[in-house]
Amino acid sequence: MGTSIEATANATSGNGGTAPLGSALAERARPRAAAAARYQRIANEDRGTGGESLADFLGVFSIGLGLAQFLVPEAMSKICGIRDAEGNKGVMRALGAREISHGVAILSRQQPEKALWSRVAGDALDLALLGKTIANPENNRGRALFATANVLAVTALDVMAARTLSQQPRTIANEGADKGIIRTKRSLTINKSPEECYAFWHNFENLPRFMRHLESVSVTGERRSHWKAKAPAGATVEWDAETTEDRPNELIAWRSTEDAEVFNAGTVRFERAPGGRGTEVRIELEYKPPLGKLGSKVAMLFREEPGQQVMDDLRHFKQVMETGEILFSDATKQRGMHPAQPDDKPVQL
Amino acid sequence: MKATCWMGPQKMQVREVPDPQILNKRDAIVKITSTAICGSDLHLYNGFLPMMEPGDIMGHEFMGEVVEVGSGVNNLKVGDRVVVPFPIACGNCNACQAGAYSICENSNPNAYVAEKLLGHAASGIFGYSHLTGGFAGGQAEFARVPYADVGPLKVPEGLTDEQVLFLSDILPTGYMGAEMCGIKPGDTVAVWGCGPVGQFAIASAYLLGAERVIAIDRFKYRLDMAREKAGAITINYEEVDSVPDVLKDLTAGRGPDHCIDAVGVEGHSHGVLYAHDRMKQVLRMQPDRPIALREAIFSCASGGTVSVIGVYAGLIDKFPMNAVMNRSLTIKTGQCHVHRYMKPLLERIQKGEIDPTFIITHRMPLDQAAEGYRIFNDKLEHCEKVVLKA
Repeated sequence: MGTSIEATANATSGNGGTAPLGSALAERARPRAAAAARYQRIANEDRGTGGESLADFLGVFSIGLGLAQFLVPEAMSKICGIRDAEGNKGVMRALGAREISHGVAILSRQQPEKALWSRVAGDALDLALLGKTIANPENNRGRALFATANVLAVTALDVMAARTLSQQPRTIANEGADKGIIRTKRSLTINKSPEECYAFWHNFENLPRFMRHLESVSVTGERRSHWKAKAPAGATVEWDAETTEDRPNELIAWRSTEDAEVFNAGTVRFERAPGGRGTEVRIELEYKPPLGKLGSKVAMLFREEPGQQVMDDLRHFKQVMETGEILFSDATKQRGMHPAQPDDKPVQL
Repeated sequence: MKATCWMGPQKMQVREVPDPQILNKRDAIVKITSTAICGSDLHLYNGFLPMMEPGDIMGHEFMGEVVEVGSGVNNLKVGDRVVVPFPIACGNCNACQAGAYSICENSNPNAYVAEKLLGHAASGIFGYSHLTGGFAGGQAEFARVPYADVGPLKVPEGLTDEQVLFLSDILPTGYMGAEMCGIKPGDTVAVWGCGPVGQFAIASAYLLGAERVIAIDRFKYRLDMAREKAGAITINYEEVDSVPDVLKDLTAGRGPDHCIDAVGVEGHSHGVLYAHDRMKQVLRMQPDRPIALREAIFSCASGGTVSVIGVYAGLIDKFPMNAVMNRSLTIKTGQCHVHRYMKPLLERIQKGEIDPTFIITHRMPLDQAAEGYRIFNDKLEHCEKVVLKA
């Protein structure tokens, strides 16, 4: 889970408590404690449990097995040694549907440990059904025993993965999942000073220049703004937001107001990059996608995750700051797939 | 306008397509007078590089006359004659300001895909797949040039198209290949591949002070050119048992001080390893046949430099890392940062230090681009370089 982030990061963890940083080094060669602590915190925030690759494997396995059970139930029944494959079609299909939903839940990477525990419960059910299959003398006992051995092996993996992931720290990516809130963060280095980056962002009316899903933002008060965004099928969504924190040249935080229809909140930080490299810009965003929890699961599954959108926005922010505008190619100027050749429609700059 | 379109592997067609338009303020539109087919275009032609779509306009070596400029371009005007560098570069990001134009951080609109494949994205490139941005190329009558205030080089009067066209890619690429070696007096340099880039790498190695340059290829006509025009000692690898042994012999056991791979993904050889690589490539298990690279590493003198300017597309296996590590080799590589070489190389052309026209074997009208690809790819008619006149 590469993008998981601890919500309540512990600033002291990871650098060993009270011992001075880099104590093996001569005083003048040691890193500055304040700067190093900040980066150590970011590294800690990105930490997962290491159980993610097994979980992903099990997610894909679930979907594959589920599809097979759903599409060719008779063949799958035969593999398990069930003689009356025709009569058990419905059961096999139901089991397949369950497998697919588990796979989707695991791969959506929102609380995958819950999905894995429910896989373990599913394994128990499968084992019970296989027990019944073995008990019935009409069935092929050898095949049923072989299937049982396989399910037992997978059950062991499920338990392993579920236990590992259950120990995962609450992260920005999974913390809001209960409420259907998606959280994400991204960062990029921009070859401009923190002052310039802050000044541009601070005028919220500039945001639609690099956040392509926004139609407009108008500043309506000292700390208030009105946002208009594009929604599917040509619709628009509007909401009011308030600035919750504003530290010149360092940080801007905002969130939708209590009465807003949609929930979203964001923080952007500007820090001087080392060695004259400009500014390290870090964004954290949280929002509630349409259709609540289900919507957020689907969005995460297709990795249409907000991270991608935020990264695109950041890249465009960088282009606007560094080069003055967002660059298009012949292919990317158009919506959807388009060959790398000019379009015949006149282009509006 | 007419443009050379990729319609599928080994299917090129010159088709009627819409004229380019200004899409960004810093764009210019160039009416193309000369353009060329690059060896790296053959990797696209043969379908070895990913993310091509039927209808993509090919070509990244081109020059012509400015016919329109966007409101953000102040250094060019309509009527200027320019050569366009193949990497698209903004000039503003940290990479560009360090002179590393081919890894510009802003010029690839499909950077997110490139990041997934390469870890980080490199610059946009004209006519070179959607992985490098999906920009229409220059084997056409017109081309849109982004960041026209940064890339195009104005051509001084008195120089023909053919004298300066190759500043767009292959002359700087060959030169950078030699420059990355850090050649010192007395050094011997070996160059794998005697295509146009290889020829320019040989010539550049001499310009940078190499004592001897050894060239390796299998086509007699290319080896003849390397010997007669660029001054190399030549080895036909199909006529020797072992290239590394011959190189050892030529250098009294030391091996070449520097080795340049100007071959890339479609290397040829004979023997078991070649059959293995070819089979993996056909099965799509490995897009590259890194034969030249392996041989360059194996042959290089201990402590020497292996400079890679051939294009690679994916992961390679049987990479002799043991030789690299234990014998203190340095590997240097990169798509050419053309922008930083254009002016100095233009000066060398003006002073008569190098005449890049020696590689041209075929001149054809743009209409016959598809035929040009076939001749160049199949090494027919002793083809070394095809220049297309629009």
